[in-house]
Amino acid sequence: MKEKLHQLKLKYQGKKMAPAFNALHTFLYTPNETTHSGGHVRAVDDLKRTMNTVILALVPCLLFGMFNAGYQHYSAINGFPAEFSLFEHFITWDNFWLGAITILPLVVVSYGVGLLIEFIFAVIKGHEVEEGYLVTGMLVPLIIPVDTPLWMLAVAVAFGVVIGKEVFGGTGMNILNPALTIRAFLFFAYPTWMSGDKVWVHDAVNLAGTPDAISGETILGYLAAGNTSEFSYSISDMFFGFIPGSVGETSTFLILLGGLFLIFSKIASWRIMLSAVIGSLVMGLVFNGAVAWEWIPEYSKFYGLMSFDFWKHLIVGGLAFGIVYMATDPVTGSQTNKGKWIYGFLIGFISVMIRVFNPGYPEGVFLAILLMNVFAPTIDHYVVQGNVKKRLKRLKNATILPKPSDGKAEELKVETV
Amino acid sequence: MSKDIRIKKGLNINLVGAAEQTTSKAVLSNVYALNLEDFHGVTPKMLVKEGAEVKAGEAIFYNKNIEDMRFVSPVSGEIVEIVRGARRRILTIKILADKEQSYQKDTAIDVNAVDGESIKKVLLQSGCWAFVKQRPYDIVANPDATPKAIFISGYATAPLAAETDYVLRGKEKEIQAAITALAKMTPGQVHVSVGNTETSPFTNINGITLHKVSGPHPSGLVGTQINKIDPINKGETVWTVAPQDLVIIGEYLLTGQFNAERTVALAGSSVKAPKYYSTKIGAEISTFLYASGVNQDKFRLINGDVLTGVKTTPEGYLGFYNNTVTAIPEGDDYEFFGWNKPVFNKISSTRALTFSWLNKNKKYDLDTNTNGEHRAFVVTGRYEEVFPLDIYPLQLLKACMVKDLDEMEQLGLYEVAPEDFALTEFICISKQPHQQIIREGLDLMYQEIG
Repeated sequence: MKEKLHQLKLKYQGKKMAPAFNALHTFLYTPNETTHSGGHVRAVDDLKRTMNTVILALVPCLLFGMFNAGYQHYSAINGFPAEFSLFEHFITWDNFWLGAITILPLVVVSYGVGLLIEFIFAVIKGHEVEEGYLVTGMLVPLIIPVDTPLWMLAVAVAFGVVIGKEVFGGTGMNILNPALTIRAFLFFAYPTWMSGDKVWVHDAVNLAGTPDAISGETILGYLAAGNTSEFSYSISDMFFGFIPGSVGETSTFLILLGGLFLIFSKIASWRIMLSAVIGSLVMGLVFNGAVAWEWIPEYSKFYGLMSFDFWKHLIVGGLAFGIVYMATDPVTGSQTNKGKWIYGFLIGFISVMIRVFNPGYPEGVFLAILLMNVFAPTIDHYVVQGNVKKRLKRLKNATILPKPSDGKAEELKVETV
Repeated sequence: MSKDIRIKKGLNINLVGAAEQTTSKAVLSNVYALNLEDFHGVTPKMLVKEGAEVKAGEAIFYNKNIEDMRFVSPVSGEIVEIVRGARRRILTIKILADKEQSYQKDTAIDVNAVDGESIKKVLLQSGCWAFVKQRPYDIVANPDATPKAIFISGYATAPLAAETDYVLRGKEKEIQAAITALAKMTPGQVHVSVGNTETSPFTNINGITLHKVSGPHPSGLVGTQINKIDPINKGETVWTVAPQDLVIIGEYLLTGQFNAERTVALAGSSVKAPKYYSTKIGAEISTFLYASGVNQDKFRLINGDVLTGVKTTPEGYLGFYNNTVTAIPEGDDYEFFGWNKPVFNKISSTRALTFSWLNKNKKYDLDTNTNGEHRAFVVTGRYEEVFPLDIYPLQLLKACMVKDLDEMEQLGLYEVAPEDFALTEFICISKQPHQQIIREGLDLMYQEIG
């Protein structure tokens, strides 16, 4: 097989379809490429391994999302179990089966459409297929509501990959995170589908208006609607993720594990994650303080979300998922270590701010990250300028030695004048 | 005033096949050659024709731009071939060595008695100048500049590199002469960095500022030391000399003879018995490679160390500046699912199912496979962990790629040489050719700004 593929590769070399073939070939085998300039040895890590590590960190979220889709659906119909038991009510074949048939199509469409576009662009532009979409394609199904129609997803993926990435030159060149571009496109193009209280639980939309109608409201939606009374979810429900929400974002516990794995494997930046957590806590505290000092009247429509305990922002909605998997995207984030602190902090800070003040949709993580994506180069610019200034200052204090020929040139000048 | 330098950022690449500390005399080579690629930025103009007889130390070509700068033959014999490439550029000058070597005799110089200008003249005429390199631009030094300091690294941390303490043992007299001479050409200091202040041959040398360096590679690179001791500002020049070349300079000053002899480490996992050989600059590598024997048919022979060396063949010739020759296996083979399997036998800077972080002292047998394909820059924050200079490596590389001269200057291109980027290139996930990018950036800058 190895030999046959090698022969095929030689046959396709220089042809138009070569990138497409090579993409499949390098998926099976690490290429036989050897070093030809500079150092003669290279470390083992490549982009495929990097991306693969992120996917590994996402798999628990995906599996949990499948079980949770079933759990939320059946619970909404039959009522939540009075005494919750993990194996009796959550990890069941029924839940998994329902999750699989609703979520796997999303994964297939996301990868199918996205990779097709990647391949087409690679063939047209004659460059290799880059691995960036492997992670994007996995992220997308995890950040959308479970009942997103497949055609909408396909349109959004096409838009996100072409406008979010390929027009800038492909992986590594994009300004906005492609997965979030896709999410934002869905949000702004089909707002009635992407918000409200019906889309978060499977079948809630279809059953709406019928006698069997079920609620699919998220915690944030509940709070934003002005409800301040206690809701039925406990803190452990929120932390472990037995709540409605986008497919993969609910389990803060698994996201935390994934985040720790990414930090340990040195793939994602711990600076961004940590500072984003700090940023969101600070903003949450500010809001809590505003409530505590009674600056906000109870009838204000922001009261519900502002009085929400500051640390709970991290365990509901998409904040944790966004911080761990989206904000740490190295291409669209800040590239300098100092910049990463600022960038992360602002993501956390602005996420909670938008979450509280957004009138239409009580979530702001993806908007905050997209906003900071745009500002990341500016942050980096000022960080790098610090280094440049230091160099200029050093130059100012230095005494530059004259060249021996400078003296001669001076003499010549004097003579000719 | 000495200053200790401690480096934390970096990476030691431990490879199998370190040279054993015994030195054998290599068989005499029939043909010696000077590879003109070694003298980056020098436009050669021949002084002798093909077929001419030369003595060891006799000038065979000079630098067209700086006519005083001469380059001499390492041996006596007949110029048998001048290999030319595109646009008649001279690539290699081959010299068929005489059985009985004869040297051009110049008068010995009392280094304590002469001034800097006359030493400069002597070094330029004798061909010893070629050993003096300068930064910015990492080229043979322009004699028309006053260096603010001279830097010598007496500590080799590159993988499998010849150990400086070993190859310089017993050469203190020559080193002292060379250092005294070099010190006269700068108003600043001569900074020497060593790994161990007790056993180093530089310990008892006068007229230097001794620094003790510690930490992982690239702590032994002269670029790292310059950045930590006295970084280069725009308009300034520093000179660097490799320690083994001090011996040749010193011997010339003491005896008036250009003796191209040098102790070379033959290392790498493809060599059966890696050890040191004493040979001459330009000798055919096969004269000592096969004395140690090789393990396999397909191996990469490198003039220099695995990070910065130049690819060559057994029929190739020892480079002008090299005292290490490395042979490692070629890696032109496919690996099934090589990108997602756990990896134990290769070095990695991450822990993404790679396990080289478990045992920092384990020695690896790396081949020349790139372990992945060339991609755009994606990952950030990784280079900084192995790059101890006060420079933003990714930003500087990008400035070089887009040929933005202002930014290259602001970000500190004057301070670096390609070899400083060898480690970032090693760990680069996008497999970008960092050293080549920096070299092209430096060349562009030299051309535009000079």
